[in-house]
Amino acid sequence: MKTKLVLATALAALALAGSAHAHKAWLQPSQTVFSDKGSWMTVDAAVSNDLFYFNHVPLPLERLQVTAPDGSSVAPQNGATGKLRSVFDLQLQQEGTYKIAMNNEGMFASYKLGGEAKRWRGKAGEFKGAIPAGATEVNASESLGRVETFATVGKPSTGVFKTTGKGIELVPVTHPNDLFAGEAATFQLLIDGKPASGLKIEVVPGATRYRNEQAEILVTTGADGKFEVKWPQAGMYWLETASEDAKTTLPDAKQRRLSYVAVFEVLPQ
Amino acid sequence: MKPSMFKILIPALTLPLPAFAADLELNIEVPRINAAEYHRPYVAAWIEKADNSVASNLLVWYDVDMKNGEGTKWLKDMRQWWRRSGRTLSMPVDGVSGATRPVGQHAVAFKGGSKQLAGLAPGSYTLVVEAAREVGGREMLSIPFEWPAKAQKLSAQGKTELGKVGLVVKP
Repeated sequence: MKTKLVLATALAALALAGSAHAHKAWLQPSQTVFSDKGSWMTVDAAVSNDLFYFNHVPLPLERLQVTAPDGSSVAPQNGATGKLRSVFDLQLQQEGTYKIAMNNEGMFASYKLGGEAKRWRGKAGEFKGAIPAGATEVNASESLGRVETFATVGKPSTGVFKTTGKGIELVPVTHPNDLFAGEAATFQLLIDGKPASGLKIEVVPGATRYRNEQAEILVTTGADGKFEVKWPQAGMYWLETASEDAKTTLPDAKQRRLSYVAVFEVLPQ
Repeated sequence: MKPSMFKILIPALTLPLPAFAADLELNIEVPRINAAEYHRPYVAAWIEKADNSVASNLLVWYDVDMKNGEGTKWLKDMRQWWRRSGRTLSMPVDGVSGATRPVGQHAVAFKGGSKQLAGLAPGSYTLVVEAAREVGGREMLSIPFEWPAKAQKLSAQGKTELGKVGLVVKP
């Protein structure tokens, strides 16, 4: 019961990663640049208020998808979910760039039952059975969210950035494993495979616990879906953006909520 | 001054020397560091063009002899070298790779016709020396120089992971 509740909270955060909610979903890699094939990395997966601290709920490992440079799937090892975070290890056997992702495709709904406001989250297929017969003011949304991070052995490659044409996706102009303090990086965001203009992006450096301000960087994509971030200092950065539209693929959902989160490592000069 | 540094000079002698050939001497000081756990630093030296692209890799000192090439694991800690060229190289590179060096002054000479310098067009360059030490720090020094226009004796002083780095250009 309790596990279910925690999971539901995590999924809610994953679904809403982009909206104005304080909770932040993230995958934090131990490091992102490797010189040795066969290197190990470890990743923390959690939802929290602060970056990157374990103070809310873990992300569910069931959603984890790790893609190797050649496009094959990599099985995570030593996965474990604790009270505040999930953790897993990866062995990087190939040269090139890996994508580590947690995708959420689901539905959420609000409704009233006997004058009381209720909420529900789950898979699209479970929607019909989940809403009680007497429910009124049912408002259902489709949600499509991605939480990603990247790691590279040797020379960065771009195979894992092949897009699916669904939801918000990131296309590198600057490679996300080639980021250095004081330099600017450019990325492109797509919605359903097309450049997403006017998307608002928030970039927050990690270690928020040890400073008083969020120090967020706010940028907006141009007509070509591109945006630029100049990294003020080295460290881990959390990036998120979100969008809403009516292009839902689910008959019961009136709107669609899209979100995208990525964690980047920026190295010192 | 390991034999490996000389090996490359032998074929170099058989090449016709370009008219602008000059020799280059490098002196790299590995400083004494009082650390509970001391490892010899990894050191890379290379020549950059104005746009930061690598014109020539001069040397890379790392744990070349570790079994299964495990020494390559920490090459990425020389971050700028790794980014500028290391990640596209297949280590070890003949005539460039060498073993880590102990504390002290290390003189390395490159002849004008050597593999490292033969392709260098006349112009302005920067010598970059980067050191990274396991459980220690990282430091990078840059020395701009002209090639091969005139005799130059230049140096830079490191603060942490590098001591004095000297560069002599002999036209």
